Amino acid sequence: MTNTLSSERLGEIIATHAGLEGPLLPIFHAIQEEVGHIPQDALPVIAQALNISRAEAHGVMSFYHDFRANPAGRHVVKLCRAEACQSMGADALHDHAKERLGIDFNETTKNGAVTLEPVFCLGLCACGPAALVDGKVVGRLDAEKIDRIATECGA
Amino acid sequence: MTLKIFLSRDAAAKALGVDDVADAITREAAARGVQVTLVRPGSRGMIWLEPLAEVETPQGRMAFGPMTAADVPGLFGDLSAHPKAQGLTEEIPFFKSQTRLTFARCGVIDPLSLADYEAHGGLAGLGRALAMTGAEIVAEVTESGLRGRGGAGFPTGIKWKTVADAVADRKYIVCNADEGDSATFADRMLMEGDPFTLIEGMAIAGIATGATKGYVYLRSEYPDAVEVMNAAVRIGREAGLLGASVLGSNRAFDMEIRVGAGAYVCGEETSLLNSLEGKRGIVRAKPPLPALEGFLGKPTVVNNVISLASVPVILGKGAKHYKDFGLGRSRGTIPLQIAGNVKHGGLYEIAFGLTLGEIVDTIGGGTASGRPVKAVQVGGPLGAYFPRALFDTPFGYEEFAGKDGLVGHAGLTIFDDSTDMLKMARFAMEFCAVESCGKCTPCRVGAVRGVEVVDRIAAGDPTAVPILKDLCNTMKFGSLCALGGFTPYPVMSALTHFPDDFSGSATGAKEAAE
Ligand SMILES: Cc1cc2nc3c(=O)[nH]c(=O)nc-3n(C[C@H](O)[C@H](O)[C@H](O)COP(=O)(O)O)c2cc1C
Ligand code: SF4
Ligand code: FES
Repeated sequence: MTNTLSSERLGEIIATHAGLEGPLLPIFHAIQEEVGHIPQDALPVIAQALNISRAEAHGVMSFYHDFRANPAGRHVVKLCRAEACQSMGADALHDHAKERLGIDFNETTKNGAVTLEPVFCLGLCACGPAALVDGKVVGRLDAEKIDRIATECGA
Repeated sequence: MTLKIFLSRDAAAKALGVDDVADAITREAAARGVQVTLVRPGSRGMIWLEPLAEVETPQGRMAFGPMTAADVPGLFGDLSAHPKAQGLTEEIPFFKSQTRLTFARCGVIDPLSLADYEAHGGLAGLGRALAMTGAEIVAEVTESGLRGRGGAGFPTGIKWKTVADAVADRKYIVCNADEGDSATFADRMLMEGDPFTLIEGMAIAGIATGATKGYVYLRSEYPDAVEVMNAAVRIGREAGLLGASVLGSNRAFDMEIRVGAGAYVCGEETSLLNSLEGKRGIVRAKPPLPALEGFLGKPTVVNNVISLASVPVILGKGAKHYKDFGLGRSRGTIPLQIAGNVKHGGLYEIAFGLTLGEIVDTIGGGTASGRPVKAVQVGGPLGAYFPRALFDTPFGYEEFAGKDGLVGHAGLTIFDDSTDMLKMARFAMEFCAVESCGKCTPCRVGAVRGVEVVDRIAAGDPTAVPILKDLCNTMKFGSLCALGGFTPYPVMSALTHFPDDFSGSATGAKEAAE
């Protein structure tokens, strides 16, 4: 995944989705899928194409937890903080993960390998604590699994 | 010799390593020169047995689980001697004692085979609906007693009637697949395991109300469900189930899958509609009702996945069949999602009416940790914590409301006695603060204050307890939607039923909490 979005490619993404009813979120998702974040200089272009204000485009982007303004690390690890996972000891595990990686939630390791994010429920509540590693589900997380994930991600 | 093996493709099975088991089966089959047909259905719902492998035998499917790659060679030998043998799947008590109407096919069929779907009763409801008028379909759904499974419990037929009676050039069916509540995964399981049921339900809703376009607003936290639903819509379109002429009739209905972006509040129907339109997910004031002015200002049915997915069986078997199950004003079946610190966690579909204690102790088998159950949170992050003293409460909308709780989306989180209920109350406030859409002050500011006040109680300040109660009252009555309005449920129930956890280091706080 490269981190830059050419204006040509941006134009293509906008054109592909412009015919949808409510195209903005699909456009954001497509951009983030491709370059890992929403480059801020894309916002005025999108705003103009959809005939909305730049402030509106920015407001929408920043409302949603998923969209990031800056590139994430090479791997994104999301840990579930919701109740069912808490009942299985998620909090203590999260402390372990933060310690192992040397970062807090919403931070990226110094070597750029891992971004750690909280998430509220992955629908894996009968096999928690749960995580999503680069879009892949992980259940019954324990300290050992966290260490293995961290190592595999190069952190 | 050929072997037919069923191995779940459900996200929970994947999270527990099912794909390694699938690889091992393929390798073992090749090494032994045995022909294996590997089918990847959804989950049977017995999550503690996942990854669950089922081998087809003349007696029925034999279950083996929880499987690891090391258990695979045994599937090619004497099955009865397999250390993970669980007997016939459908004889396992957790499965056998269920009444599976909505989830009848989940875990049984290949989710992306329309032929398999039809062979197991799929499309019967839509076929019947196509021979009825819209008004007749609406009447049938109303008669079934089906109430919204998304949380509010509003009668589905009445909502449909409002949309059907509205005059507009365009109407929409929007499926709420945001399923943000902790302890809930019924929507996810259904979409991954039997996506055509949802598609069929939405098509019936469209035909009943005159809507020709549908959207599924599916949360981004469910990448596997997104993939299956997209594939199913594509297959449905190619097969003529969706499109200008639904199953060759003169009715049109098509649909799209849209992915959410990680905001809990977007599960609230008006916030969802804003999000679908490409706006910030701010809650809209009602009226106007979405049924009259919904997506892009047009009449819109917003229904939960399970509400819509229950419609095909209602149409297929008739309203009476569905309605005859249940308790009081809670008709039909409900897919309970038993989660958290529980021995037998998973999805259990049954008529309304079991007591909370039966669900937790008998079906769930108590905690996974083996310690006593301390509390059960019912209905997700906005639901109340129930102590054992209330375990005789029967599972039904009115019955739970009568105990200052809610059924919600029917998720139950079980906690053992090591749980600190003050911490859970604090989390409820914190969650509300993080997820508030910001429109109204009692929610936006109240939740932040709530965290501070709980921290004061934790620090031993008994005067903070009445402040917390006041704050909950303000949030309950001054919030526009249930995020701010219902956060007091978990907070107040924790305080009321577990006062010891709020006594801090100071004496006297306990009395204040009574
Ligand atoms: C904060 C909040 C979150 C909600 N989340 C969901 C959800 O994830 N799924 C859902 O179906 N309903 C959710 N609801 C309820 C919806 O507003 C609405 O009642 C429901 O989609 C209607 O469908 P039904 O009648 O089929 O239940 C939520 C409500 C609130 C206030
Ligand atoms: S209660 Fe909270 S989430 Fe609901 S409308 Fe008000 S601020 Fe938004
Ligand atoms: S609560 Fe963690 S996956 Fe649902």
